[in-house]
Amino acid sequence: MIEVRGLTKRYGTEQSEVFALRGVDMVVNSGEFIAVMGPSGSGKSTIMNILGCLDTATSGEYRLFGTEVSGLDRDQRALLRRHFLGFIFQGFNLLPRTTALENVELPLIYQGIPVDERHERAIAALDKVGLADRANHTPSELSGGQQQRVAIARAMVTKPGLILADEPTGNLDSARSREIMEVMRDLNRSEGISILMVTHEPGMAEYADRIVTFVDGHIQSDRVKGLAHAV
Amino acid sequence: MLFEAFRLAWLTVFRNKLRSFLTVLGIVIGVASVIAMVTVGQGSTAQVQSDVASLGSNLLMIRPGAGQRGPGGAANDAPPLTLQDAAALPEQVTSVVAAAPASAKSQTIVFGEMNHIVQVTGSDNTYFDIRGWTLAEGRLFNDSELRGGATACIIGTTTGKALFGDGDPVGSNIRIGKISCQIVGLLAERAASSFGQDENDTVVMPLRAFQRRISGKPDVQTIYLTVGDGVSTDTATADITTLMRERRKLAGDDADNFNIFDMKQISSMLTGITGVLTGLLSAVAAISLLVGGIGIMNIMLVSVTERTREIGIRMAVGATERQVLLQFLVEAVVLSLIGGVLGIAFGLLLGLGGSYALNIGFSPDWRIIVASFIFSAFVGVVFGFFPARRAARLDPIEALRHQ
Repeated sequence: MIEVRGLTKRYGTEQSEVFALRGVDMVVNSGEFIAVMGPSGSGKSTIMNILGCLDTATSGEYRLFGTEVSGLDRDQRALLRRHFLGFIFQGFNLLPRTTALENVELPLIYQGIPVDERHERAIAALDKVGLADRANHTPSELSGGQQQRVAIARAMVTKPGLILADEPTGNLDSARSREIMEVMRDLNRSEGISILMVTHEPGMAEYADRIVTFVDGHIQSDRVKGLAHAV
Repeated sequence: MLFEAFRLAWLTVFRNKLRSFLTVLGIVIGVASVIAMVTVGQGSTAQVQSDVASLGSNLLMIRPGAGQRGPGGAANDAPPLTLQDAAALPEQVTSVVAAAPASAKSQTIVFGEMNHIVQVTGSDNTYFDIRGWTLAEGRLFNDSELRGGATACIIGTTTGKALFGDGDPVGSNIRIGKISCQIVGLLAERAASSFGQDENDTVVMPLRAFQRRISGKPDVQTIYLTVGDGVSTDTATADITTLMRERRKLAGDDADNFNIFDMKQISSMLTGITGVLTGLLSAVAAISLLVGGIGIMNIMLVSVTERTREIGIRMAVGATERQVLLQFLVEAVVLSLIGGVLGIAFGLLLGLGGSYALNIGFSPDWRIIVASFIFSAFVGVVFGFFPARRAARLDPIEALRHQ
């Protein structure tokens, strides 16, 4: 489903260049739940941005659902994000002064979905994360855990092939974190959406099926777990 | 998508009511000034035109004096006009339908305890036709009054009110200067003039009586002429000039020692003046529109910076550059259109007040209203484009990280 070959990312000028990625090869299969770990500056955020079509690699190949992404322009990448990707951020990134329902509807608006269907699907997505009764609350009226669940609903409402989560539990306490991870794992199992999640916390990585560890712009280890966590 | 953009823009504008209002204030003032200026300007132009029309249609006036081109030109140097000139004009110039010789002088008139200073005109019955006067009461001069120089007079409504209050002036004797005079008719009231004088404040008496008893000179100061319908006043003026030069025995290269005034020319001159004034004031108002546009650009730039993260979120969920651009552009246009609509309403109100204060007709021009509306949208597009482009070109990663 996702295939990267020899991906590099270089920042800065030729005199003072910094490599964030130094030739990464990686394959993500359909329906996988992957945790990406590693210390700060190891390149894990960079690979997430590139895989999320928010950033471009300096060199290397990236095939997303059979489309070669390197060489696409901004708008073409925007269209890939719109139809195939969902994002969950550490800081939730909901629109302020906008209700949960409207936040979840946002990606559907850009997909050009008619109003009635949009409402229906957004409500269904909120229901899925257990917030149907909070549909008309704005983010400031919701707790951190609830905000992140709204963000998850926004990420899944378009039924994307892949959700990219950047430290989704970074701003939450451990009880809220586990709640969020349960929701994400449920999403992965029941909807078949692949999830790529960056995390610092080994406890959160335990929810994933596969743990990829980055160090200095390389993949240091890539470990598929047994079936212990199934069920 | 465009509908969504408008809905979204409306919501954003509505959420920040005070800021939006302050943002559009410049546009409101600009549009309101333009509308008010043009409305009042066109009202006064229409007023001038109707005033000129009320002087009599196809009216020409001849007065002695050097042409406006030449130096010197004191009217006294030129020989006066004569009764014979007035008689010859309709006979010898085919385009002239009627001619009335007239002279005028300011006199104090007295009735009982009341006195009043007024311009007294000596002329004949044709004068009333040519100047478009009708009688409200009484009669015109009869032949014996005209020929014998009897002291009969016909007065305007303002003069009547000044001397008689609400009483009926017809039949009374008033004193004009040193002579006594019987009022035989009252003129119908005319709309107020914007020329600064009240047309209804007038006394008309037979020319012969005027010459003998008031001016003491056999001169004719002015000849009023009516030109036939469908005849261009230019042709008539040329024919009249030829005849008058002949009658006044001017050699081929002598300058004219009389002037022919064409009411249409005066009308277009006055209209031109009000037009220039309206244009100037509107130009000043347009500068306010420009300043208003810059105000919108300023706030939109602030808005883009404030909402950087929102832009990042929108881009992450799949908004294209064009969609972000459109969102901010539409927001600027919605803002300036709100300003435009408020400005139009406010401007019409000002125009109504101004027309009322200046005592002229209120004649809003729908074209200028439509133009203002379109222009405010245009201001929104022009001044909203730069901030919108800045928003559209943001890097989504940077935008998402923005605090």
